[in-house]
Amino acid sequence: MAEKHTAGAFDIRNIIGLLLTIYGVILTLMGIFADAEPQKTGGINANLYAGIALLVVGLGFIAWSRLRPVVVPEEVPEVGDDPTRPAPKKRPRAGH
Amino acid sequence: MDVVAAAAHETVTGVVGMVPADTLIDASPVDYLILAVYFAFVLGIGLLARRSVSDSIDFFLSGRSLPAWVTGLAFISANLGAVEIMGMSANGAQFGIATVHYFWVGAIPAMLFLGIVMMPFYYGSKVRSVPEFMLRRFDHRAHLVNSISFAVAQLLIAGVNLYLLGSIVHALLGWPLWVALIVAAAIVLSYITLGGLSAAIYNEVLQFFVIVASLLPLVIIGLNRVGGWGGLEAKITEAAAKAPASASVPPAEQQLNAWPGQALTGFDSGFWSVVGIVFGLGFVLSFGYWTTNFVEVQRAMASDSISAARKTPVIGAFPKMFVPFLTIVPGMIAAVLVPEIVALKNGGSPPGGASGQGVAYNDSLLYLMRDVLPNGLLGLALTGLLAAFMAGMAANISAFNTVFSYDLWERYIRKDRSDDYYLRIGRLATVGATVIAIFTAAIASSFTNIMNYLQTLFGFFNAPLFATFILGMFWKRMTPAAGWSGLVSGTLSAVVVAFLSQNSFGSASLGVIPLSGQGAAFVAASTAFVVDIAVSVAVTYRTESKPVEELVGLVYSETPIETRTDPHEAGYPWYRRTVPLAGVALVMVIILNILF
Repeated sequence: MAEKHTAGAFDIRNIIGLLLTIYGVILTLMGIFADAEPQKTGGINANLYAGIALLVVGLGFIAWSRLRPVVVPEEVPEVGDDPTRPAPKKRPRAGH
Repeated sequence: MDVVAAAAHETVTGVVGMVPADTLIDASPVDYLILAVYFAFVLGIGLLARRSVSDSIDFFLSGRSLPAWVTGLAFISANLGAVEIMGMSANGAQFGIATVHYFWVGAIPAMLFLGIVMMPFYYGSKVRSVPEFMLRRFDHRAHLVNSISFAVAQLLIAGVNLYLLGSIVHALLGWPLWVALIVAAAIVLSYITLGGLSAAIYNEVLQFFVIVASLLPLVIIGLNRVGGWGGLEAKITEAAAKAPASASVPPAEQQLNAWPGQALTGFDSGFWSVVGIVFGLGFVLSFGYWTTNFVEVQRAMASDSISAARKTPVIGAFPKMFVPFLTIVPGMIAAVLVPEIVALKNGGSPPGGASGQGVAYNDSLLYLMRDVLPNGLLGLALTGLLAAFMAGMAANISAFNTVFSYDLWERYIRKDRSDDYYLRIGRLATVGATVIAIFTAAIASSFTNIMNYLQTLFGFFNAPLFATFILGMFWKRMTPAAGWSGLVSGTLSAVVVAFLSQNSFGSASLGVIPLSGQGAAFVAASTAFVVDIAVSVAVTYRTESKPVEELVGLVYSETPIETRTDPHEAGYPWYRRTVPLAGVALVMVIILNILF
């Protein structure tokens, strides 16, 4: 384990960034190739602009987490099952 | 109507075994792809969290030392569900800008109050739920009354979420409402069973961004269609002038100005309208809702210091201030742009709607999406709505589940069984609550504006609770007997007012008191509050108080100041301290009130 252990891929900003980037790509492609349906939007290519905006925000989140990584403490207490949130049982962490 | 015919769509093909009727929304494969990506993310992170793949997931889920913007957004997102999106847009369509009172008189001051006054106290006393507070401050009678009323409230509100979810299923696939409700219930149950609640904080923050990303284009394109804000005002003025008197459309100046808000309350007198909004909505309903809502309070209590816990609702207040532009404005646009909603507002009863039983104000947002969003953005918008209602209903079900298994079953029915036993009870409770929600959803579907129904419910459950809470916290003499009797009489008095009003219970109301809509709900809530206080005080003077030693950490005067404050906070710069931040938020909200 490195000296400074960063949150890496599971940093919440990377998750947000990834989802928004995927949506940005889908909408931008829709904006370029699909019918822009100007009668609905009043003439704007809404998918294209929304797609580009999502790409910018999404990549911005990823860049933010690269530039200012969240440092995870050496010992993270394991989060147990929350009895107030019904869900399948959690497996204990391996190798600790 | 010819417009409906013009909007008739190709049917969604490929649905197994059923020939769908004309659907309200015409989704394309790309829309479904966007939906699928979202659920892959949510369920995927849930799965990774349960497998303990990375301790950084645990780090984020434990909520300790998270950046303040994350907890603040999660706090807002936990509330950005059915009430906010559908209720506020329905209200915007029906009453216009006066709906902002739910935010700028209601939510924001209540959130600041929660952060400044209540949070240090919750954090210091380590109370984990409202029934737990009732048990420790009063006795098992107050605990029992509160647990039952809380459980019932969760079932009724789960019904509201399920109804809205079902209405989207109906809008997409065209199935009859009762089929759509059962399908939606099955979806929620599988979402819970597949672990949709495992990665709570990730879901909530993702949900926030998806909702903003879908509602913002809706507002911008909608405004573009009606000719900007000026065009919207002109169209609302024109529509209000042309509407037949029988439709009782509020005059344009009431729809376009926040104060005195007669459109919202339905009161004739401007003065009483302001009183109703400030006391009924602002003080009783909103303070009651925000300060006793532990689903949200727990977000803040997960933080690592009192200072962070207090700042969570205060930071949440900033984005919350601007949510009305994303929810109310689309409703107002729909009321002049969507032919069905225009016809409804003119006193007509156009067929169709998400319930299939005629268009209602609740449908404003869905119709607007149909009319202005191209495929692609449409999918994003549907994803946001489905995610919000599903998460909302899942939260209601899990809150019910906890209170039912631990507060009711374990304490009053079967004591001292194994943990596995209570987990099994919890699972049965989850399934049972989902089934019951199908029936409470049927009740919700009979209200044309879901906000009327929700505010009536909050009046029954939250207003008396807030009265008892606040009295019990600040008045150490208040007796255990006063605790339960105040709650019971407060709730009963609100129910009586709702029965006597014109339409709080739909056709079951008697119409003795000339009040309708949300004005009636504000009066019912205020009555509950006043009756609760009066009964509590009267009973206290005839019964015996708890010894003061048992009230440490539960009553303000008996709680040492060290447990309520953070010694480090004084050393932070002003923008990291609770009270100055809250001051900035308050000033901003006052400016917004003046502007509108």
